[in-house]
Order: sequence, then C-alpha cells, then structure tokens
Amino acid sequence: MKLIYLFRLFYRELKGQKKKITLTILALAWGTFSIVILLAFGEGLKRQMIKAMHGLGDGICIVYSGQTSKPYRGLGKGRVIRLQLDDVELLRNRVSGIELISPENDRSRNNMTYGRKSLSERVIGVYPDFEELRGYNPDQNSRFINDLDILNKKRVVFLGTELKKRLFGEDEAVGKTVLINRIPFLVVGVMLDKMQNSMYNGADVDKAAIPYSAFKTIYGDKYLHRLIYRPEDIARAETVKNEVYGVLSQKYKFDPTDKQALEIWDMVEEEKLMKNIFLGLEIFMGVIGGLTLIVAGVGVANIMYVSAKKRTKEIGIKMALGAKRRHVLLQFISEALMISFIGGGAGVLFSFILVEATRVLPLEGDVADILAHPVISFKIMLLTAFILSIIGFLAGIFPARKAASAKPVEALRYE
Amino acid sequence: MIKMDKIKKIYGTGAAQVAALKNIDLEVKENEFVGLVGPSGSGKSTLMNIMGCLDVPSSGEYYFEGEPVAAFNHNKLAEIRNKKIGFVFQNFNLLPYATAFENVEIPMIFMGMKAKTRKSRAMELLDKVGLKGRAHHKPSELSGGEMQRVALARSLANNPRLILADEPTGNLDTKSGDEILAIFEDLWKQGHTLVVITHNPYISERAQRVIHLIDGTIENNGASS
Repeated sequence: MKLIYLFRLFYRELKGQKKKITLTILALAWGTFSIVILLAFGEGLKRQMIKAMHGLGDGICIVYSGQTSKPYRGLGKGRVIRLQLDDVELLRNRVSGIELISPENDRSRNNMTYGRKSLSERVIGVYPDFEELRGYNPDQNSRFINDLDILNKKRVVFLGTELKKRLFGEDEAVGKTVLINRIPFLVVGVMLDKMQNSMYNGADVDKAAIPYSAFKTIYGDKYLHRLIYRPEDIARAETVKNEVYGVLSQKYKFDPTDKQALEIWDMVEEEKLMKNIFLGLEIFMGVIGGLTLIVAGVGVANIMYVSAKKRTKEIGIKMALGAKRRHVLLQFISEALMISFIGGGAGVLFSFILVEATRVLPLEGDVADILAHPVISFKIMLLTAFILSIIGFLAGIFPARKAASAKPVEALRYE
Repeated sequence: MIKMDKIKKIYGTGAAQVAALKNIDLEVKENEFVGLVGPSGSGKSTLMNIMGCLDVPSSGEYYFEGEPVAAFNHNKLAEIRNKKIGFVFQNFNLLPYATAFENVEIPMIFMGMKAKTRKSRAMELLDKVGLKGRAHHKPSELSGGEMQRVALARSLANNPRLILADEPTGNLDTKSGDEILAIFEDLWKQGHTLVVITHNPYISERAQRVIHLIDGTIENNGASS
C-alpha cells in the first residue's frame, strides 16, 4: 500500500471527524505527557536520592560497637564489644580487599571561636582515608587531613561547608586560626558543598574534622565510636564484610554468627534496597500512566470503528479490485498507529518542554535539590513508544478485523 | 472460461425468501462477447457478482477456468479478482480522494507490481482510453464519460482475461456511451472475454450473443446452435 494514500486517507478522516480526532489526540497527548512526566520526575528523584546517598559515602560499611546475644566459649551473653584504634591496623593487615579504612570519634557542643564569633559545634577525629570514604572533598586551595597531621598530632581542622559559612561568612577561611575549646587550630580545608540524605549525628557540612591523633590527645577517648571501611571491589563486599566480622570476633571472642555483637551499616545493601524501592515506584507510576493512556486508546478505537463503517463502500471497491484481508487490516492499523503517534509525539514534546523548563528554573533549597531534576531517559522513551504502539495496534486491530471481514458484494452495495 | 452448473441464489430466510437465481446453467467461452439483458430484478447483477467472485451461490457449482470456485479461500478469490477479472460498474466506483492515475494504479498495487512499471503502465492505460491529459484530476473534476473511461482503464490494469461490465453506459450520454462501446469492441478484438449487462440496444447488437434473463432464469441463452 502506498504511503501517500495512507496520509491522504488519514487527512480525509481528519476533516470528516475533526472534533473527535482532535479530542482523542489531545487525550493521547495528555496520557503520554502524564506517563513521561511521572517517569521523568521519578527517574530524577531516584538519581538525586542515590547521589544524596553517596553523600554519606559510596559503597562503604560503618561498623559500630554492639552487645553479644549468644554465649561463646564460656563467656556469657550481654557483653559489650567496643572497637579500639588498633582494630584499624588489624583489619588493614588481616582482611584483603579493604581499600580504605578510618576510625571516627566525635564530640558535640565544642566551643568554636573565630574573631568575635563563638559557636557550639560538633568535632570529629578521623584518618586521611575519611576524605574519600565519606566524600569530604576539599574545595579549591584547600586540603583534607593528611598522614603527617596524624603522625604529628597536628592541630589542623577541615571545616564543613555550612560551618565555614557560619564562622567566616564569605571570607577566606584557609590559613586562618580558629579556637576549639580555646585550643588554636589552623584551618587547612573547607568542604565542597554536597547533598546528603543519610547521616548520623547531623549533616557533614556542619562538622569540623581534625586528625584522630589530635582528637585522642584532647579528649582522651579509649574506644572508637565507629569504624568505616570500603572494599576494593563492590562485588566482593559481602565476603569482605564477613571477613571483617570474623577477624573482630576472633579478637573480641564472640560468636561470628552473633549478629548483635557488632552493628554494621552496609551502604551497598542499602543502595540495593533503595533501587528496588524505586523500581517498584517506577512500575507503579508506569501503570498509572498506562491506564490513562488506555482511556485515550478507547477513543482511538471508537474513531476507527466509525471510520471503518463510513468506508465500507471504499473497502468493497478495493476488495473488488483484489485487496486481500491483510491490505485492509494494514490500512486501519496503520491509521490507528498514526493517530497514536501524533498524540504521543505531542505529549512527549510537551514533557520535554516542561522538563527543560524545570531544569532552567532557578529553584533552590533541599526540596528543589531532590525534585527539580527530572530526567527523560532512553528507557522512558522506549517504554512510552512501546505502550503507544500497543494501544494503537489494539485500537486498530478490532475495527480493522471487522472491516476486513466484510463480504465484498455487501460492502459494495453500502451507501 | 467460465461454467455455471445449476446455480441458485436465495436471499433472506423463511417466508421472506427470495430466489434471485434459479438453476442457472451457463457457459462463456474464451474471447466471447456476451450481452446480458433483462428487466430490473431479473437477477443480472447477482449473476455478475457470482461470476466476478464477489458473491457465492446458495447452491450449484461455479467453475472459473475449469476450477471450482467454492474451493477457493479469501486470498485466492482476491487474487482472481485482482489478476483475472476486470470490473466496470454502472456508478464507476472510483475512489473519490485519489486521482485518475492513482485509481488506475490500485489493482497493480495490490498485485505488488514495482512502482516504476506500475506508473508507466497506468499512464499507458489512461492514454489508451484517451485520458492522458486528465491523469491528475480527481473523479469530482471529471465528467461521467471520463470517469467511466478511468474505471475501464483500471479494470485493464492487470490485463485480465475476463472483463465484467454492469451497465457501463447506463449513466452516460449517447456520445460518451459510444466511446466506451468502441473501446469494448477493441478489447474484444484483442482477445479479452467480455460479459456486459446492458439496456443499450447497440451493445446487444454488437455482442456475439445475448442472454435474456427473466425472473432468475435464462429465457434465451443466445446460442446460435
């Protein structure tokens, strides 16, 4: 069948059923628009959430103290297991596949003074690996704590983005000296702003990091508050976690199957879980959008039925001239598909405009960070095209079958 | 070419039954020019629809080129209509949105002919019926005689052996009718088989034989022997 006939036929139908076709195309455009927008915002939300999750650290595990729940080798249950600084070296040496590792201790309500400003802030003591583990990325002209700082127990401090603003405003902070509990510290770095939705003891942008050695000297902590590590290979995360648990169970003499002896916060597992939640959310939104589109599909089917009826005579003529059933089927299905794709195309176009507009808008704040980043991915486009094709096909096939089953002599007689 | 054996066609059911054709026995040979006459309601069009594989008889056997048509499926019937039979209708039955040229192309499209061959053949056929200059006009821009000539050109598209015409001059003035008639005679001379329903006495005069149909039966099959 010649394509130009199809277009001409479609144009003629368009003129004949102008209102109905316009409304149906509108319904299709709206349905497509809602499905694409829903999925685009969903995708954007997912990407932002994952990015924010990586604000705490990408693929890290955080190990906390715990309490045994099983007796082990003559030791009763209910023993408190506390991590110590030499555990860091122990794990580094005994467990292969640990890429980065750092202890972390913290104190809140430290008096922090610069010039006339005096604040009450949280200070953490960490190792240099902490920078990469937890995304404490220094901004221009600054650095994080390094090995020499640890070795020499240097009084240097790395400030979170917001903390720096509170203390220094827009002024340069690196190179200045602040007082923490009246002890002078040299500011060596300021954090690059970051998004974070998983946290403990507040957001990183509000904290001040100092070398663990200096922290220990000042506060005299005997135990670690927590220990953070990252495996080299995420695929081996589970094995590494088990080895860490094994090594520590040996040292602290608890049952390696006792899951309460130490508490482990596994970000890899958490990310997997979150991705699953978002997959569920995506399916849900896709179904809602699909249902909207089905309503529009009914409109297309209705038009095709009317069209088939009106064109009975034409179908009869074509059959007399040798049209086979598949020729008639093809004509109606391709018209239904054409209507679907015109409506769908318009819907996709509108969604693109809205998505681009949202990206350009100068929205700020936490909510905007999470919501105002819609993404129309290839996956979404493919899904939409697929749904539209199915709808166009289904809306065309039934009227088409009815039209194609007409007896030529009766169709010819139809006026 | 075609042979009918005790063909019956009954419309409706029960008390409302009407027999349009009653026991028709008929044979049309290769390259015959047959006129089909009779009053309206005598079953001429029904007979022609069955001949053209557009309709099926209620009983009896119809053989097309020696093969029983009853055994053919939809696709085979469409193929016969496409390649072996050319239809000319009283009301032309042109597609209103397509030009004369495109109307002539349609049977060749269904046959799957290549665009280049198709286009040159369509033009050649329009030239044959004297409408080369009107090729790109739509039916609404053509006169009745011109429309019927387009329909004729279309019926010849795939060079069918059998041409069926249902009152081809019925809606035309005398002059246009004569032109159509002249073309029919040419086609017959070229070896086509023609079956023409007509009220036009000139056609009946020129036909080799005239079959009279009255009330669904053949009154006179025109055979000279």
